[in-house]
Amino acid sequence: MMLSKGLKRKREEEEEGLAVDTWWLDPGHPAVAQAPAATAASSSLFDLSVLKLHHSLRQSEPDLRHLVLVVNTLRRIQASMAPAATLPPVPSPPPAPGVADSLLASSDAALSASMASLLEDLSHIEGLSQVPQPLADEGPLGRPTAGAPPSLGALDLLGPATGCLLDDSLEGLFEDIDTSMYDSELWAPASESLKPGPVEGPGKEETTPELDEAELDYLMDVLVGTQALERPPGPGR
Amino acid sequence: MAGAGGGNDIQWCFSQVKGAVDDDVAEGTSRKEAQVMLLSYVPACELQGLRFKPIHYSVGGRFTKPRKLYRVDLSRNQLGDREKVRHFDQATKDLVTQCLRTGQFKRTSSSSGNKIQSHSRGEYNVYSTFQSHEPEFDYLKSLEIEEKINKIRWLPQKNAAQFLLSTNDKTIKLWKISERDKRPEGYNLKEEDGRYRDPTTVTTLRVPVFRPMDLMVEASPRRIFANAHTYHINSISINSDYETYLSADDLRINLWHLEITDRSFNIVDIKPANMEELTEVITAAEFHPNSCNTFVYSSSKGTIRLCDMRASALCDRHSKLFEEPEDPSNRSFFSEIISSISDVKFSHSGRYMMTRDYLSVKIWDLNMENRPVETYQVHEYLRSKLCSLYENDCIFDKFECCWNGSDSVVMTGSYNNFFRMFDRNTKRDITLEASRENNKPRTVLKPRKVCASGKRKKDEISVDSLDFNKKILHTAWHPKENIIAVATTNNLYIFQDKVN
Repeated sequence: MMLSKGLKRKREEEEEGLAVDTWWLDPGHPAVAQAPAATAASSSLFDLSVLKLHHSLRQSEPDLRHLVLVVNTLRRIQASMAPAATLPPVPSPPPAPGVADSLLASSDAALSASMASLLEDLSHIEGLSQVPQPLADEGPLGRPTAGAPPSLGALDLLGPATGCLLDDSLEGLFEDIDTSMYDSELWAPASESLKPGPVEGPGKEETTPELDEAELDYLMDVLVGTQALERPPGPGR
Repeated sequence: MAGAGGGNDIQWCFSQVKGAVDDDVAEGTSRKEAQVMLLSYVPACELQGLRFKPIHYSVGGRFTKPRKLYRVDLSRNQLGDREKVRHFDQATKDLVTQCLRTGQFKRTSSSSGNKIQSHSRGEYNVYSTFQSHEPEFDYLKSLEIEEKINKIRWLPQKNAAQFLLSTNDKTIKLWKISERDKRPEGYNLKEEDGRYRDPTTVTTLRVPVFRPMDLMVEASPRRIFANAHTYHINSISINSDYETYLSADDLRINLWHLEITDRSFNIVDIKPANMEELTEVITAAEFHPNSCNTFVYSSSKGTIRLCDMRASALCDRHSKLFEEPEDPSNRSFFSEIISSISDVKFSHSGRYMMTRDYLSVKIWDLNMENRPVETYQVHEYLRSKLCSLYENDCIFDKFECCWNGSDSVVMTGSYNNFFRMFDRNTKRDITLEASRENNKPRTVLKPRKVCASGKRKKDEISVDSLDFNKKILHTAWHPKENIIAVATTNNLYIFQDKVN
């Protein structure tokens, strides 16, 4: 299959005009038959792009070009996806039908928010010569700032938001993160409480009371978005 | 097969390959990625074991005519031995006769005596290898900086030594490569082993003389230009004033003076005030070959901006913007990714520039901004496979491109170790493969063809059989001759045109 890294495969007899690797466009395919073809394609691409975004962000120094291109492609896919789309059962485990709508909408909100803050977080790379911004500045020296590092916060929230994709691997997601950057007295309580889930917000609040208002608003917005699954989809953030 | 295009019906022949036999992605030492290997051209006559001394160099009007004239300089074939022998010894005579018989050399006579012209091409042999960069750890950001070299650029030669700039993600280094083939001997105050002599023991004085020694090639770092880039450096380009150069990372371009390492000028900055608004990065930058105030930079959105440094100190406002409107019939989710420009190169003349995006090569006239003057499809058969290529990340591969010496042919790489050449005059193109299978010198390369769909003809390769791990990202064309260098994952191939 051409889907894996450049493996050669024998030439197969194919349906006229249909390449094996675009199964999601095949109206006859059982997985696809349940949903409008275009939406199914977009959803798979959406999931794939989110995966790529995760992977890119997990690098200690993300490839900015790759990141920007994936984010822009993700935005295109989002824009083309109808709000009431159902996700196809393949490749991810199927969510409950009613949840799907709002999950998508909320993942819109959470995704935009977290992408935004992730990109903002990239300004950290600038180094200490910049004027520290309360929201963004954390630095590996563990300098005290307004509160929980927004980048970790955003990664947290990406998890629950796209829960259909990452249900079982949220723990695994955080295992990969090198927390040595945050090893200092000030951070220890916060980093220990950084577990995925809706409880995370209030928990953080208690252990790090120095959260400023803007940070709090931001967190609450996203939490409310993920928690209230029955809420009709609002405009993306 | 007769040469089917690729410029003046050139037939390309295998010449050499250097590198590992196994072409797969090596898990070997990363030190290799930071090594610079220099190859130097050894003329054919030297390969035969004869040392010929070139007495003058003539450039033929067409590439098929011989280029060098040699007088047989009767050395003893030992490096450093400069004594001339008055007469040919028998072995030398035999060798010369044999070369004349096999047609590798032709004798011509002229008023200055017998000369022998070389028809045979030489080879490139390893000249020097040195470690350019070391891995570093940035303590402030807790990040490891890879030693992997991203770009190398030669400086124009001004004296006997060669200079080049090499860069990794963060640091640029200026290297001096010099030869030493003699050393001074006979110091008065120093012994041969370097120990100092007691001046009171010196009874006579002598003048130190230079004695020949085995050729030594030294590479020494002369300048280190560091700490000017926050993001990953993707390009370096030497200005035509030969005093300054630019370095570009994802968001900024800096101007340096070759002599000054503690300071650089920022000339382009596209970092948004709010990183949330980041949608575009710089992918390549190059100075104009003749106009020292002009440079271009390309972006991930498929635009090229030409800037004039005289206009302002910070060239954030372009003088020209080159962009081709999107073809609505080809629109897809991946339109932006495949429009991202991976390389930009000015023609030698300076009148045109070439850009490489994922599927095509475009030639732009600097006087026309709204569309390219020529577009060449490199591997259009991949357009229907973009989704798979996105999944395996191949869609993000960055291919380079290059011009030939006369700007009449352009070349770029593709997958399956294929590379493509486009003749701008005849509009013909050719696909060739860099493979160890055709590794006999002077074997003519057979043109390849990829079958996009439908029935596959004999000798064609179907798209799904292409090996996407075998990619040719870097190619180079000799500025004067039809000699090309093509890099696969672990090997460097050198091809030359067939010499008649």
